[in-house]
Amino acid sequence: MAIHPREQRIILKYADEPGYTPDIDCYVRHGGYEMLKKAVGMDKQTICDEVKNSQLRGRGGAGFPAGVKWSFVDRKSGKPVYMVCNCDESEPGTFKDRQIVHKDPHQLIEGIMISCFATDCAKAFIYIREEMPEGAKILEQAIKEAKEKNFVGDDILGSGYSCEIVVHRGAAAYICGEETGLIESLEGKRANPRIKPPYFPAALGLYMCPTIVNNVETLCNVKHILEMGAEEYAKIGRPNNTGTRIWCVSGGVKRPGYYEVAGITLGELVYDICGGPKEGRTIKAIIPGGSSMKILKNGERFKGKDRDGNEYDWGIEDIPLDYDGIAAAGSMSGSGGMMVLDDSVEIPVALANLMAFYSHESCGQCTPCREGSLWLKKITTRMVHGEARPEDVDLLRSVADQIEGRTICAFGFAVAWPVQSYLDKFEDEFREFAQRHSHLGGDRTAAKELACNH
Amino acid sequence: MELKPETLAEIEEAIPKYPEKRSAVMPLLHAIQKDQGLLTNEAAEWVAGKLGLEAIQVLAVITFYPFFRQHRIGKRHIRVCRTLSCAMAGGAKVCDKMLSEFDTGLNEISPDGEVTVEFAECLASCGSAPVMLVDDELHENLDEEKAKAICDQIKSEAVEV
Repeated sequence: MAIHPREQRIILKYADEPGYTPDIDCYVRHGGYEMLKKAVGMDKQTICDEVKNSQLRGRGGAGFPAGVKWSFVDRKSGKPVYMVCNCDESEPGTFKDRQIVHKDPHQLIEGIMISCFATDCAKAFIYIREEMPEGAKILEQAIKEAKEKNFVGDDILGSGYSCEIVVHRGAAAYICGEETGLIESLEGKRANPRIKPPYFPAALGLYMCPTIVNNVETLCNVKHILEMGAEEYAKIGRPNNTGTRIWCVSGGVKRPGYYEVAGITLGELVYDICGGPKEGRTIKAIIPGGSSMKILKNGERFKGKDRDGNEYDWGIEDIPLDYDGIAAAGSMSGSGGMMVLDDSVEIPVALANLMAFYSHESCGQCTPCREGSLWLKKITTRMVHGEARPEDVDLLRSVADQIEGRTICAFGFAVAWPVQSYLDKFEDEFREFAQRHSHLGGDRTAAKELACNH
Repeated sequence: MELKPETLAEIEEAIPKYPEKRSAVMPLLHAIQKDQGLLTNEAAEWVAGKLGLEAIQVLAVITFYPFFRQHRIGKRHIRVCRTLSCAMAGGAKVCDKMLSEFDTGLNEISPDGEVTVEFAECLASCGSAPVMLVDDELHENLDEEKAKAICDQIKSEAVEV
């Protein structure tokens, strides 16, 4: 994909460079593994401190500070520590890890190895989703190459530190992206998430051993933090929102794609970089960070006070494109998967599409989620099919409210938030839609195609 | 259950990668499904025996993960993404085209035995929507015309074999 001049590429610096290939020779020619060489000569705690001081936050969804996460690892247990790279990229709207794995796999491997060395991990696993079979092959090949050059395996670069990386393929279950579900899956079980407390991975993770679970993009950043130094790295973006982020934009824009940026606004990404809405269309709403995140309505004002007590009053285009900016607008930057909905999209139909997704992906162990997600699908589907009932709009909210906060894992929020936020912002449209679709007949082809839940 | 020598080799290679044998359940199931086309109760018992588990523990895994299947499908596995970004870009029409070209219904084996067309949840390529997987290969930026070309390709490959 062509690189936009407004981008600030660090992680994807070489990924789309003509002639750049995923093999180790190409990576080494571009300065690859130099940071691993540097790392193995460093004090482990110094590396951890650098990561902490860089203020790097997790790129997978929750945005938890990575260095702090590392520091939680239970060192007193005497058990081995495991590293798990979460490459189960499944959040609808997200396709950034795919770019790294397919085009620059050694960057990920170097990031993993530096992180493993720093945190003294006994073994690393890359959990890659089944639907990326090509990515799994590329990673296997890259690990083989890295082992031949002693960047992975026994006595890495003569440091006395040894660590293997195992590629583990999923089998098409979204819940494996949830870290404790992923751990259960890696143990050879159903991916039913564990309850926290007590099962925080840092204490009771894989095989009940301390475990670090980090996203692909997060681990790649570690290499660059070491290269730049925490202080320089922290100058990218805003304080508490340091580094670049790879945003994935899909839906109703002229130039969908992945863009690595820092310190810009949502409007700069959507209008300047992605070219704004398609010809003859206007933007109706934006789902900012993957389908689980609350929707932002175009035309709405986002007001409040920031941490320093300064008041803000933003239109959708003014929202700072980072963790804190999107949080201040009432949503989350999540996995960076941005879906743009233009005026051709009926919000209740978009919800019907997503509820089919969530009801399919609920692991089923908590009753509110298992039953609730299915009812949300049934209700939204019958609306699309012309069988809406007068009580349906209120029923949707009632069901969503009964899921939120009543489940073991965050999937409960992921299914409730779209429902609650779409209703908050588009209640009139829902009521009008339900009225219009309360009887059979009429052309429903377009709605059925968008709901796509046969 | 007769497994190919390369499948058995893959299995033997997978088990010692993990600190605990049970972790090899999924890699073993992947290998056996690729070899056999599906996962029977016999396969579950075989994996259980191999890893020192109860068959129900393996069956619990098979029945949880959508990719593991206990039924046969066509020679080629076609998965069209149905989730929002692909749906906004016309994924449903692409899927309909695949079904009509092979004269089949969703999740069925086509009459010629060549394909099974399914919907998949987000294939993580939303920027080039709509997309579909044909076995291990991702096809992007699809429309009905491109879908037709993929069908023709599959049919021509079927004739060659």
